Parts: sequence; C-alpha cells; structure tokens
Amino acid sequence: MTQLLVGTKKGLFTLQGDGGSFEISSRAFAGEPVEYAMRDERSGRYFACVTSAFYGPKVFYTDDLGAEEWQQAEGLALPEGGEKSLERLWIVTPGEEDGLLYAGGAPGVLFESRDGGETWALNDSFWNQPTRPEWSPGAGGMCTHSIATWPGDPQKLALAISAVGVWLSDDGGQSWRHGNKGLYPRYMPEEKREETLDLCVHNMHRAPARPERLFMQFHGGVYRSDDAGESWISIAEGLPSDFGFPMVIDPDDPDSAFVIPLVADMDRVTPDGRVRVYETRDAGETWTERGDGLPQEDAYLTILRQAFAREGSGESMSLFFGATSGDVFGSRDAGATWFTAATKLPPVHSVRAA
Amino acid sequence: MAVVRLRAPLSELAGGRRELRVEGATVREVLRALEREHPAIAGWILDERVSIREHVNVFVNGEKSREETELAADDRIHVIPSISGG
Repeated sequence: MTQLLVGTKKGLFTLQGDGGSFEISSRAFAGEPVEYAMRDERSGRYFACVTSAFYGPKVFYTDDLGAEEWQQAEGLALPEGGEKSLERLWIVTPGEEDGLLYAGGAPGVLFESRDGGETWALNDSFWNQPTRPEWSPGAGGMCTHSIATWPGDPQKLALAISAVGVWLSDDGGQSWRHGNKGLYPRYMPEEKREETLDLCVHNMHRAPARPERLFMQFHGGVYRSDDAGESWISIAEGLPSDFGFPMVIDPDDPDSAFVIPLVADMDRVTPDGRVRVYETRDAGETWTERGDGLPQEDAYLTILRQAFAREGSGESMSLFFGATSGDVFGSRDAGATWFTAATKLPPVHSVRAA
Repeated sequence: MAVVRLRAPLSELAGGRRELRVEGATVREVLRALEREHPAIAGWILDERVSIREHVNVFVNGEKSREETELAADDRIHVIPSISGG
C-alpha cells in the first residue's frame, strides 16, 4: 500500500493505493494552500507547510494522520522587529542526527529543529550572510527549496535557493560558502554571468550512494556536480528543453536522475502537448524519454518543483508526479509505464510518498 | 479595556473565545497583549515586523484601523480576514 501526500492549492490530500489504483483517503487544511507535506520515516511524524493567504506560513505536524489533529510547530519566524516577515515554507527535510530536521522557506531562510520538528530556530549564520541585501527572489519568492544532507555526516549540507544559487556548509550550518562555479545564467547579460548572485536553481538532489555527486535543475539548464557542489557541468544535451522544476533520483543509482522538461521560462508547459519524463542512468550522458501511459496529445501541463516523488529504488522504484491541472500520475516500474492516480484535484503543489 | 472580537480560526487559538476584553492604548498594544494571554495566536494577526498581516483587516468601532490607532475604553475591535484570495 502506498500513501501519497499531495499538497494542493486547497488543502492536503492523502491518496492510498496499490498498483495503479488510488483513492482519496483524507483531506486536511481545507481551503488552505499546502506547499509541501512529508513523513519523517524515522519517527513516523507527518509535516505540512501551510501558507494561509491571511495568517501567514506555518508548519503543522501530527503523529496520527487519521486523527486529523495537527499541532503548530513553534519558532518558524524571522527575528521580531525586523524589516521582513516569513513569506512561505517550501520544504522539510530530515537531518543526519536523531531528531534533527531542516526547513527551508522564503525569504531565503533555513530553520533547524532538534526535537523532531516541534520547535525550530532560525539558522542565524545563513540569515546574516553579508551579501543578503543583494539577493533577489525568483518568481515564486526567494525560496530555500532544496536541502541536501550528506548521509552519515551532519556537518555537510548543501542548500539551493531561487534565485541565490547553491550554498555549502562543512560545519553543520555554522558557516556558508557559494557552490556556483559552472552555472550559466543565460537570463543575465553576458558581462554579468560570471559574477552574478542571481542564480535561479529550481531543484537540487544529492546521490546518497555517492554523496559528492549532486544533480540540479536550473532556470534553463540541467547540471551535475561531482565535487559536492563546488562546481557544475551541463548535462542538458539530449533533453527537449533544459527548463523545468522537479527532479527525482534513484537512491541506489548515483548515475540516475529524472526530470520533467517544460518548454521554457516564457512558456511553462509540457512541450508539444505531450507529458514526458526523461531519465538518465549514465549521469547525464544520455537521456531516455519515459512517457508510456502519460497524456501524449493536447496536454499542456505544469509540474511544480516539489510535485515529483519516488518510493523505493531500482527497477521497481515507484514514481509519482502531480500537475497544476489537478492530475496525479504514477509509475511502478521506474518510469517505464505510467498510470493516472488521481484527477480533478486542486492545483498540485507537492507530492511525496509517505 | 477594549473588546476584541475574533472569528475562526483565531477564536479557536484564543481558547474558543469569540470575544475578549484586552488591555492596551493602541491596536498594536491590544494585539500584543492578546498574544501574551493566548500564545497560540502569536504570528497569526501580527507578523514578525509587529505589523498587521497584509490580508488581515482590523476595525475599531467599524472603522478600518492600523497598528497605531489609539483606543478608548470599551472600543470594539474586530479582526477579520480580508476579502481576497483565489
């Protein structure tokens, strides 16, 4: 039985299913935008990032999804009396110590919890970066959306922010440095591309079986790093477009990545009216189209950055993604064939397998 | 003391009370006092800048008001989400 947590513009939907048959088992936060939801498999605790249009962003957690009794996590706020307020929370990620979790949000912030997600504290070192006054937001805000931990080593972290590039830490987040060498922001004037901080990363994942390797979907570009995020090389050749948002990797295969290309930044829909996932199993040397069972005619979908997920690994890995059309698709054979898991949901913000 | 009227979900965060009497000389002071009395409501009406959230409206005796609005005894404060969204 697979349990899917689907964050939407109008609440959190839980889908349950075997094989290719899914049904809605619960809905929480009715009417509220749920940016992201996940389950910490260490504790079994569920988290939901909810951004009320009226009352601001919050993280809620529950240890019993069926009971529908969510608690508000404490401490997810910027320093009081400052010039900025927390705008949105984009991700919650387990850390590499018991009870340690990270949360990323806008404007370009990182929070840490050491008690399993009940209380949180702002990462002051990152908040006080000297260049912060020069940082610019992407269209979705200045979002910390990707937090890549290093298996077994809580000191090593990599963050990705739209649009402030990659940040690396070797001391558990006490100090930070850029990891942007090789990124090519063609949306900037040529004379600014080498030096700009306006680097719009859309998604970033570390390969746990080879942690010095990361994959990235950029705002026009797909990249790989083999030196823990210090530098990046383009692996976009062979894709119908190098623009897109979500990304998944097979945790057992450090040469694997899956992306869902969209036409371009000025036309953020699936190319040619066809929905296709692209897979590499050779670290980006070649890409293979995976669309069997997905809509291949008159389908102009938008898949957002957190709306692509996996369950398991290897040839039997399951893949799931949702679109702003309200459709959710799944695969039980690592993308070889696909089925429709749900239709007519509100616009999908995120998908994660619990 | 001002009389603060709340709707759900704010009233639920204030222990289920839809009407409370709260001390304060301005709207901001009353809302801060409300947060001290009911910590669960902190961050819902006022943000970190200690400003009323953009899409929350605060009315004093029926007039839309801001943080600095001065209050008299028994003024009625209504906290209402704005008519917005999609």
